[in-house]
Amino acid sequence: MDHHRRVDTEITTRVDGVTRTVLVDTRTTLLDALRERLGTTSPKKGCDHGQCGACTVLLDGRRVLACLTLAVTTTGKDVTTADGLAPDGHLHPVQQAFLDNDALQCGYCTPGQVCSAVGALDELANGHPSHAGDVTTDPQLTRAEIAERMSGNLCRCGTYTNIITAVEQAARA
Amino acid sequence: MRPFDYLAPTDAATAVRTVATNPTATYLAGGTNLVDHLKLGITHPDLLVDTAAITTAGITDHHGGLLIGAATRNSDIAADHRVRTRYPALAEALLSGASGQLRNMATAAGNPLQRTRCPYFQDATTPCNKRRPGSGCAAIGGHTRGHAILGASDHCVATHPSDMAVALTALDATLHILGPDGPRTLPCTDLHRLPGTDPTRDTVLEHGDLITAIELPHNPLARRSRYRKVRDRASYAFALVSVAAALETTDGIITDARLAFGGVAHKPWRAYRAEQALLGQPANDTTYRTAAEAELTDAQPLNGLDGGNSFKVPLLTRTVIATLRNLDQR
Amino acid sequence: MNAIGQDIPRRDGHAKVTGNATYAYETDVDNAAYCALLQATIAKGHITEIDITDALALPGVLTILTPGDVQKLAHVDNPELAVLQDNHIAYRGQIIGAVIADTSEIARHATELIHLSYHVDDHDSAFTADRDDLHTPKALVTGAPADTTTGDVDTAMRTAPHTIDHTYSTATNHNNPLEPHATTALWQDDTLVLWDSTQGVHAVRTDLAEVLRLRPDQVRVICPYVGGGFGAKGEPHAHVVIAALAARALPCRPVRLALTRAQMFTLVGYRPPTVQHTRLAADDTGALTAIAITSTSPTSAMREYVEHAAAPTRMMYAAPNRATRHRLAALDIAVPTWMRAPGECPGMFGPEVAIDELATALGIDPIDLRVANEPEVDPETGKPFSSRNLVACLRQGADRFGWADRAPRREGDWLVGTGVAAAVFPAFTNRATASIRYERGHYVVEIGAADLGTGAWTVLPQIAADALGVPLHLVDIGIGDTTYPYASVAGGSTGTATWGSAVLVAAETFRDKFGTDPTEGDEAEGSHDTGPFNEHYSTYAFGAQFAEVRVHADTAEIRVPRLLGVFAAGRIINPRTARSQFTGGMTMGLSMALHETSSLDPRFGHVINHDLAEYHIASCADATDVQAYWIDEEDPHVNPLGAKGIGEIGIVGTAAAIVNAAHHATGVRVRDLPLTLDKLLPGLP
Repeated sequence: MDHHRRVDTEITTRVDGVTRTVLVDTRTTLLDALRERLGTTSPKKGCDHGQCGACTVLLDGRRVLACLTLAVTTTGKDVTTADGLAPDGHLHPVQQAFLDNDALQCGYCTPGQVCSAVGALDELANGHPSHAGDVTTDPQLTRAEIAERMSGNLCRCGTYTNIITAVEQAARA
Repeated sequence: MRPFDYLAPTDAATAVRTVATNPTATYLAGGTNLVDHLKLGITHPDLLVDTAAITTAGITDHHGGLLIGAATRNSDIAADHRVRTRYPALAEALLSGASGQLRNMATAAGNPLQRTRCPYFQDATTPCNKRRPGSGCAAIGGHTRGHAILGASDHCVATHPSDMAVALTALDATLHILGPDGPRTLPCTDLHRLPGTDPTRDTVLEHGDLITAIELPHNPLARRSRYRKVRDRASYAFALVSVAAALETTDGIITDARLAFGGVAHKPWRAYRAEQALLGQPANDTTYRTAAEAELTDAQPLNGLDGGNSFKVPLLTRTVIATLRNLDQR
Repeated sequence: MNAIGQDIPRRDGHAKVTGNATYAYETDVDNAAYCALLQATIAKGHITEIDITDALALPGVLTILTPGDVQKLAHVDNPELAVLQDNHIAYRGQIIGAVIADTSEIARHATELIHLSYHVDDHDSAFTADRDDLHTPKALVTGAPADTTTGDVDTAMRTAPHTIDHTYSTATNHNNPLEPHATTALWQDDTLVLWDSTQGVHAVRTDLAEVLRLRPDQVRVICPYVGGGFGAKGEPHAHVVIAALAARALPCRPVRLALTRAQMFTLVGYRPPTVQHTRLAADDTGALTAIAITSTSPTSAMREYVEHAAAPTRMMYAAPNRATRHRLAALDIAVPTWMRAPGECPGMFGPEVAIDELATALGIDPIDLRVANEPEVDPETGKPFSSRNLVACLRQGADRFGWADRAPRREGDWLVGTGVAAAVFPAFTNRATASIRYERGHYVVEIGAADLGTGAWTVLPQIAADALGVPLHLVDIGIGDTTYPYASVAGGSTGTATWGSAVLVAAETFRDKFGTDPTEGDEAEGSHDTGPFNEHYSTYAFGAQFAEVRVHADTAEIRVPRLLGVFAAGRIINPRTARSQFTGGMTMGLSMALHETSSLDPRFGHVINHDLAEYHIASCADATDVQAYWIDEEDPHVNPLGAKGIGEIGIVGTAAAIVNAAHHATGVRVRDLPLTLDKLLPGLP
């Protein structure tokens, strides 16, 4: 095997509304492309293996994990981070609800939680079922539904109870 | 992680030939398992062939059943009303797996192909016959809480982690495959293999085979199906044991049944023996217990550092009973 | 209007919900290089050969650090910091090299191209409490003796009508803050700048300057935000020295180093397991005649750490005969460290379950049993408690939780029960200095403190505003930088009380010097010193934890639909951030109770479930209703601020309350954490 070959590839992706072109390694994840090459550090690296949710971004509007997405696969796609949800610093209702309910402590999981909540509420609005309900009926906005849908985002500070309340508030806003 | 090339072909047949003729090439679909493994040093491909443009996303009606395109996201399968009403066990299985984000990434074809979560397999510094043939099985004599009780070998005691595959196995789904020699079909029940003396191979697929679709056959029984997963965390955890089941009763007598287990073997375990034991019997706990025990007569729990996994035998038995009871009462 | 006591939103909230708060790795630097670590794959022995030829030849690799090929470091107390000084390996996963490269992908790849040969020695990593080589530590971290004895426990056990004599155990837990440890390091003009994820910038500066043989003023440490620490960032670990060495090898080029999640299971400490032989003797009324505990834990042969789990038994309940002991097994394993409420957290598991067992045996309500054994003075020191509102916490908690009519019941498929346990954590303070400067009409408070999510950004201005007698919006705050005055580490629940007390003194000094109409640039400092504020009192925070537990009748799956805690922790500065501290601790306690266990495989010497898929911490669905309340407590004896510290007590007692509730629901008594379904299953009908 040729260890020395360079496998650099140029990608063009819309990040928080701005078209960005950047040279990445084929190995570069979307998360590392954002954090290490584009200076977009809103998505966080908590585990780098799809086990914590801190890197959650919206890819073409759906919540995904940037750490398991290879950057080369994102050309032409639209990436929204928590920073992009607050253009000009004007907070998204989910972000405002997180502030209002103190649904954060250290803040490291928070941008991922926020993106995940936005995606989850969109899924709920579109009638997507979850493990918390009966798949044969339409899901309802309950604390149990929110908790299940937000379970892909770990919070070591233990703010879950407040996160559920915040997401509920944002959904009813 | 070693460097690799990346291709995003638009012609499936060409892609299949490319992979089939290059032993160091591999397909990239949702990436949720492959990218993880690249980082862990479990696999070292020289070439990734992206399946995004050579597989389709979407679910179509097909001979009274459904045909799920290989690229369909797990979340979209679970959200489909036809799946939810006609194959609820499949929707439930998908929704009990991973997280919302991962389900938005993982594909129909990729999910059943995910590899074991055995911690020794995932730790490239320890021996593992599945990862490094002949190096030994570190799980034997190690931490075996999540390991197999059925069909394991001296070479490997790993379990298959997919929830979806357990439901597919119970629901008699069929895979549509494009291989170097053209298209073919394969029953899901035949996809995965037991470790035997060669645990490196999880499935019977040949290198280069591309799953193009998953077919769910027409079967009214599937409407009365469900998936029950037992895990340590309330969400976002792999199964300790799981049961996919479908049950039909007439006047309190079981007339048809499907049963498959997850978390207990190197493959989704279709419980044919238990199904046979159910047929013609009254729908009650005694029957369910007898059926579960029939399937588990060959169970071989493992000793291990934290007490092993012998708890899986009673746990699976009780989960079977609870699941069938719940189905009958639906 | 007083700012203290007001429900003030976090000042750093906006930056955190948008993701614009910059953590150590994210520091905006030009042309960063990336560092990846090489780790030992044997548990004991030494490296015989290390070949970096292939790795060095990889385009993009800038330099490689290997054992013996780096600066000779100064000898310091902490052997963890003596990185790459020789070829010896003391535990599996130890850092044995580092690659610095243009990109993180290249750096990680290059570590795979380093070829190693080892001489392997037999290692011993298997912990049991009945090993024949256990030793008694010289002292606890608090300076207290390892063992204490009052009266004669053995005789009391023989003669009492009711006794409990069981062994309880807690599991190895890893702190696992969500932000992996990270450092961005820059060596420029004979000065080292470290943007480091730490609970104390000054502690990092002191340790790094010493080990690197630099003057403290040559080291600047910056850390405005910390993505959690829970003790694991309480002191610098080996990787910080590596980052510094890497930066020194590449002058003027910033180097970024972040640990992987897997590396966090080896390199930054953990809570060791405890085996707690616990004994209680009581008369027919429930009055304890004896209480005793021996807590045994492993430690690393490389560096001793004592988990002082027997300590809380010394002061918690009255009993004439008492004995506490700590024993250690020194093994070839990674080095343990503090984790949220070290000592008290595991140490209030065994005894609080034992109390529940005694209550059950006696047919006495477990709250009444605890009340019956309230000591009049601290049994350990004989001093009065500055305040002790355990009973009030238990009573108020019982009312709020609905403790009355607590008969176990079945709801559908679920067996439902409730449980209670007490919580305690010592209240002490550390050393800090704060400065206050008048600038453009604002009062700028500066202190080298840390906010790990605890709320320092928000509560220190509240304290300053009241002390200065100005509206909150006129107070600006700077923390997390060694250019600010010295502040102790955020640990031991001492942060707010220590730093806040320094702010109080600084404000007083400022007003004394400059009055109420200062001029631009006026500045004053104030300090708070370590040591008991009033040595005549024993100072602790107390609490009561209530849990509802549901156990599935078929599968034994365990859920905790409700947790409720009531705490007595002195003055609460900000109810919003305080509530989050309490509930956060409780949630972590739930996680410890149901999920957390690091599975060490003694054949290899390392923890094998070293990721967040296999090492479970509670998910959102596990902790949906966690509530905290507190008793208004005025305690003038603890410190000038009257605050006792709230960061840790929330995790104390939670696991016991949950285990007690599971017993109440099922009749099955589990004495080993975590409480997993396989332990309940055999006892279910």
